[in-house]
Amino acid sequence: MNNILSITKREINGYFATPVAYVFIVIFLIMSGLFTFYMGGFYERGQADLTSFFDWHPWLYLFLIPAISMRLWAEERRNGTIELLMTLPISTSQAVLGKFLAAWVFTAISLILTFPMWLTVNYLGDPDNGTIIASYLGSLLMAGGYLAIGSCISSLTKNQVIAFVVTIAVCFLFTVSGMPIVLNFFSGWTPQALLDTIASFSFISNFTDLTQGVIDIRNIIYFLSLISGALILNVISINSKKGL
Amino acid sequence: MSVLIEVDQLTKSFGPFIAVDNISFSLKRGEVLGFLGPNGAGKTTTMRMITGFLSPTKGNIKVCDNDVAKYPLQIKEKIGYVPEGAPLYGEMTVLNFLKFIADVRKIPKNKIDDAIDNAINKLGLELVLYQQLETLSKGYKRRVGLSQAILHDPDVLILDEPTDGLDPNQKHEVRKLIKEMASTKAIIISTHILEEVDAVCTRAMIIAKGRMIIDKSPKELLVGSPDGSTLDDVFRNLTIGNTGENK
Repeated sequence: MNNILSITKREINGYFATPVAYVFIVIFLIMSGLFTFYMGGFYERGQADLTSFFDWHPWLYLFLIPAISMRLWAEERRNGTIELLMTLPISTSQAVLGKFLAAWVFTAISLILTFPMWLTVNYLGDPDNGTIIASYLGSLLMAGGYLAIGSCISSLTKNQVIAFVVTIAVCFLFTVSGMPIVLNFFSGWTPQALLDTIASFSFISNFTDLTQGVIDIRNIIYFLSLISGALILNVISINSKKGL
Repeated sequence: MSVLIEVDQLTKSFGPFIAVDNISFSLKRGEVLGFLGPNGAGKTTTMRMITGFLSPTKGNIKVCDNDVAKYPLQIKEKIGYVPEGAPLYGEMTVLNFLKFIADVRKIPKNKIDDAIDNAINKLGLELVLYQQLETLSKGYKRRVGLSQAILHDPDVLILDEPTDGLDPNQKHEVRKLIKEMASTKAIIISTHILEEVDAVCTRAMIIAKGRMIIDKSPKELLVGSPDGSTLDDVFRNLTIGNTGENK
C-alpha cells in the first residue's frame, strides 16, 4: 500500500511540475463551460439542474482523458525510466495501481474545480443536489473507466501518439456501444441477448442512469469491473514485456 | 567470502536472436567484475536479467541466495542498479528524486536524511539539489543515477556503463567511489573503456555474441600475449578473432 502511495505521490507531483496539469485543467474547465452554456443550452432549458453540464462529459472525456493516459506507460518506456521503476522493489500491480490512482485523483481535482457550475445553479434556482452529487460520482467513475482503458493501451506502445489515437478509438466504441451506430451493425444477425450485452457496455447509458439521481449498484459495479479488467490487462501487458 | 551473485547457464533469446548464450559465473563480496565486450554483445541484457527487469529464457540467477524468478522483490531490495543511459524522471528535482527513491526503498524515516546526505556527498551533488533533472548536464545525470543506486547501501551494485559521458576528473571520482565500496559489496560494471577494467576491476569477463569468452583478472588477460600488448589488443584479438592486426 505504501508503495502504491509513493508512486501516486510522485506522479501527481509530476503533473504539477510540468505545464500538463495547468493546461489540462484550464482546457477542461473552458470546454465544459462552453458545452454547458452554448451546446447544452443551460439557460434556454429553464431548469435548475446540471443535465446540460453532465450530458457532455462522455464526449469531453473521450478526447481529454486519452491525453492524460497516453503518457502513463508510453513515456516511461520511451525515456527508459521504466527500467528504473521496475527494478525498484515494487510489484507491477503496485506500479500500475499507483499510476492509475494518480491520474484518477488528478481528474477528480479537475472535476472538483467545476464547482462554480454547481454554485451557479444553486444561485439561480433550487436544484436537486442529491442528483448532482450522484452525477459527479458517476462522472468520476466514468473518467476512471476511460483512464484505465487508456493506461492499458499506453502500456502496449512507447509511442504516445499511437496510445492517444488508439485510446480514443477504443473509448469511442465503449462510449457509443448503446447507440444505433454500433447496434445497427449487429442487429439482424445477432441474437437479442448479445445485442443487449453490447448495449449494456455503453459508458453513456451507465452514466446517464447515475445522472438520473438513482445510484444503482449495477452501474457502479459496471464501471469498477471495467476499471479492474483494464488494469489487470495492463499488468499482464507489462509483465509480458519482461519475457518478450 | 560469501557468494552474492550466482548465474547458472543463463540464456536469453529474442525470437531467433540469441542475445545471451549459456553464461555462468558467480561473484563474491569484495569482487568487482568488469563486463567487457563490443556493443550488442549481451552485457546489458545480462544485467537486466540479474536485476529482474527481463526474465531469462533459460537458466537461473541467485542474488544473496534468493532465486530472482521466485523472489523478485526481495532481490530488488538487495540490488542497486544504474540502467544503461541512467534514465531519470526529468521533471523532478534531484532532492525530490532521491526522496522518492528512499521512500520506495523503505529506508527508515529517521535514516532518510543521512542516507540522502551521504549519497549527495559521495557524488558531489550539493550544487544541483534543487534543479530539475532534465536541466542537468550528462555528467550530473549520470552521477544522480549512481547516487540513487547506492542510496540504500545495497549488497550488490550493477552499473551499466557508469562512467559514460563523464569527463576525466569525474571518471576518476566515480572509480574512486567504486573502489571505496568494493570491499563490502559485489559489483558488476559494464564498460567498453578498457583502462577502467584495469583501474577498478578484480575480474574481467569478455563477452561477444552472447557468449562468455574469458573470465580472468585483468592482469591475467595480458599473460600469453606478446610483450607490449595492451588490454585493447587482447580485447580486439578475442572479439574480432586474430586477424593479424595485433602487433
